[in-house]
Amino acid sequence: MTAVDIIQSEGATNRLAINVRNLSVALAGSSDVVVDDVSFTLRPGEILGLVGESGSGKTTVGLAMLGYSRRGLDIIAGSVVIGGEDILTLSDEQRRLARRSLISYVPQDPATALNPTLRLRTQLSESFADPAEATEDRLLQMLAEVKLPATSAFLHRFTHQLSGGQQQRIAIAMAFAHRPHVIVMDEPTTGLDVTTQSHILETIRHLCRQHHVAAVYVSHDLAVVGGLADRVAVMYAGRILELGAAERVLRRPDHPYTQALIRAVPDLKGRTTIQGIPGQAPDPHHRPTGCAFAARCNMAADSCRQQAVPSLHTADNHVVQCLFPGEHRDRLAPVSNDWQAVPMASAVTALSVADLTAFHGSRQILQGITLEVPRQTCLALVGESGSGKTTLARSIAGLHHDLTGQLSFNGQDLPIGSRNRSRDLRRRIQYVFQNPYASLNPRRSIGRSLEVALLEFEKLPGVALRERVIAALESVALPARFASLYPHQLSGGQRQRAAIARALVLEPEFLICDEVTSALDVSVQAVVVDLLRRLQHERGLAMLFVTHNLALVRNIAQQVAVLQSGRIVEQGDALDVLERPQAEETLRLLRDAPHFELGETTERDLPVNRGIVAVAKGLQSTALAG
Amino acid sequence: MTLWPRYLRSGSAIFSTVLLTIVFLTTIIGPFFAPASSLDFIGAPFQGPNAHAWLGTDVLGRDVLSRILQGGYRILGLAAAATALGVLAGILLGMAAGYIKGAVDEIIMRLLDVVLAFPQIILALLFVSIIGPVPWLIVLIVAGFHAPQVARVARAATLRVVEEDYVRFAETIGMPRLRILVQEIFPNIMTPLIVEAGLRFTYSIALIAGLNFLGLGTQPPIPDWGLMINENRIGMATNPWPVVVPVLLIALLTIGTNLLADAIGRAAFGLDRGSRETQPASSDETATVQA
Repeated sequence: MTAVDIIQSEGATNRLAINVRNLSVALAGSSDVVVDDVSFTLRPGEILGLVGESGSGKTTVGLAMLGYSRRGLDIIAGSVVIGGEDILTLSDEQRRLARRSLISYVPQDPATALNPTLRLRTQLSESFADPAEATEDRLLQMLAEVKLPATSAFLHRFTHQLSGGQQQRIAIAMAFAHRPHVIVMDEPTTGLDVTTQSHILETIRHLCRQHHVAAVYVSHDLAVVGGLADRVAVMYAGRILELGAAERVLRRPDHPYTQALIRAVPDLKGRTTIQGIPGQAPDPHHRPTGCAFAARCNMAADSCRQQAVPSLHTADNHVVQCLFPGEHRDRLAPVSNDWQAVPMASAVTALSVADLTAFHGSRQILQGITLEVPRQTCLALVGESGSGKTTLARSIAGLHHDLTGQLSFNGQDLPIGSRNRSRDLRRRIQYVFQNPYASLNPRRSIGRSLEVALLEFEKLPGVALRERVIAALESVALPARFASLYPHQLSGGQRQRAAIARALVLEPEFLICDEVTSALDVSVQAVVVDLLRRLQHERGLAMLFVTHNLALVRNIAQQVAVLQSGRIVEQGDALDVLERPQAEETLRLLRDAPHFELGETTERDLPVNRGIVAVAKGLQSTALAG
Repeated sequence: MTLWPRYLRSGSAIFSTVLLTIVFLTTIIGPFFAPASSLDFIGAPFQGPNAHAWLGTDVLGRDVLSRILQGGYRILGLAAAATALGVLAGILLGMAAGYIKGAVDEIIMRLLDVVLAFPQIILALLFVSIIGPVPWLIVLIVAGFHAPQVARVARAATLRVVEEDYVRFAETIGMPRLRILVQEIFPNIMTPLIVEAGLRFTYSIALIAGLNFLGLGTQPPIPDWGLMINENRIGMATNPWPVVVPVLLIALLTIGTNLLADAIGRAAFGLDRGSRETQPASSDETATVQA
């Protein structure tokens, strides 16, 4: 049975909501494809999770379905048939109408997608061609659908009077207004807190089911997609490598990339240690003729590189672009959960914070924070956005000045503000920033950035300077040649490693990591976390690891503190807190964190530390039962 | 440099380069080819073009072509000096305001607003009538007009860069503030400032030509394009060339500089955008940053 046969038989039995065939998008004026021959179909009410890392082309596919391509990109081939019409062949005016009735779009950031000068009443009415259609009743019904207060007073509000989650609900309401055949959602919950996210996902699922609207949910987050989608498509370097039922793709993945990706996702229950994917995806200019993943695949054969890999359709409507689908699962290196075997930290305190209260102008951000980080220990600071975790990290780093309280480092008083600190203290406490795209001076080579930092503390001759810089780069697994590269020539993960190297070259004792992986793809996040863990062991570093991702805590920290509205609501040993959470906030974070369970197959493939599994099961019964 | 190919691909860049080459050749090499002295009387006033004087004669019977060829470098020199001075002052004030913030920022910017509030020509008139039409005064006045505008651009750019994490990092390691300004901030606000400097040069030319036209700048009998327009207005009907050619040259110079600044800006900003594109799907990236 060929692909076409499957499609036709599908078409015969079920009306398709959307049929995307051989869609290709290329950089304008060249043959460098960003999206390469993508095909899929959706039935009414079905949700497809389009998963991929940065640069995989998932957003481009989502936009191309609306007949739209970003500047610099051209849709060069394919068809997108919705309700009998090929969106790509319509005139601009017809396409405009189609975007109202056939297919609609929910953007990533509702704050910028909604017009801030309009009241919700006007905003919502805009989704109707005929203003007469936008009756008060209809608008209230739209609000009710997305579980917003259906009152006239609410319609009278402006978007800035809404929370991020409420804004996104408005955008979703507008997308559903015409009951289109298909809705494309581009990471609509990224940037929302886990609790808000889980509620919005629930609403989306409900609306799609109820109104038989098919949805393509574009996301980088496997866990979110796993909880929402009926089917999952995994994209890599512009191609769909694997497509099938969500259960099947996430539990018994056939493609080595899917398998690796799943291994990189931190597991909330800590059964596995996250494992990164070495290397990086090929950019559109250098896509290989063979399998795009071959260069990073540890089971690639010569044949993978030589020829274009055909899509293999199996009987259970599963499509995989691999010459050896599902084979060699056992060849993947087993991962042990040995990070717990760190010689537990000495009892000597490295950093202590006593009764710290911080303000931003007149707003109080932190209240009475008391915290201790023992030497050689990693303390994870967890909390939702706005809980004050970055302010706390910055206060310790000396970047936030508006605070009262006592800070001390190794028993020594730690003044507020980096400029009031001794040169030695400034060297021993280092800060790694969240966004690797902003933390390195773009006009300076990586090596020079490290040198400049080092020269602030030591007057070294050129040769010695160079040696120290290269040693630091090598300690983060960047070859010496990176010293002469500029930040824009590096990928996000490489930049973050370079930023870590810049901290390490100063030989610190205490490292503050502020959401250092949140800007990175999961496969890269795993690499960076692994690096930090190794550095902690090798150098006996104490660390403050700020994160909103509870699942990550198990992979790096020995201790954890949970922050809520500027207060620490719970702190203790990482395993204790995650397994037997006491505070309401911790329970809520654990409950709402998106997660998917690795299937039995994967568990069998990965002989993990059995003790941890047992503990993790305990967690399941205590924390997640409710 | 990766900037060059992108720059050369844009049509307006090539066009502006051609325009500026014409004007600069006229002013710099021109004086050596002047057929006559710019001060000698070679015939009756306002003669039309003839074999003797290709562009005819001016209000006093001097050779128009020679006066045009010799009347450009002064305005270019003054404009360049005024631009350099004004941009430099503007950058220093703007960066100081943007980096130190607070009261210093308020004081600097409000004072500059006061300067901006004065009508430029009238202020120039006041100073020239007190001190006299000397070149350094023209340079100072024009520079004084530019400084507030440049300062605003520099301040806005500085405010943006100060929030970048690499500046924060420099703060955490206690890098001296002056070094932060010079090493971390300045290189990263260069692009908008280069564009601004180009625009300022255009304004300088227009302003100086205007002052000369009003008789507040270069004094007769020195040849000068702005001054020539004024001197020869009355003879427009008999010999338009001593007015038309200087007007054309000033226009070419202004348009050329403007387009060039634009093209450089686009090439440089484009370069920045391009470097972000090497991180494909930047939307994904920002998405996760927000998270």
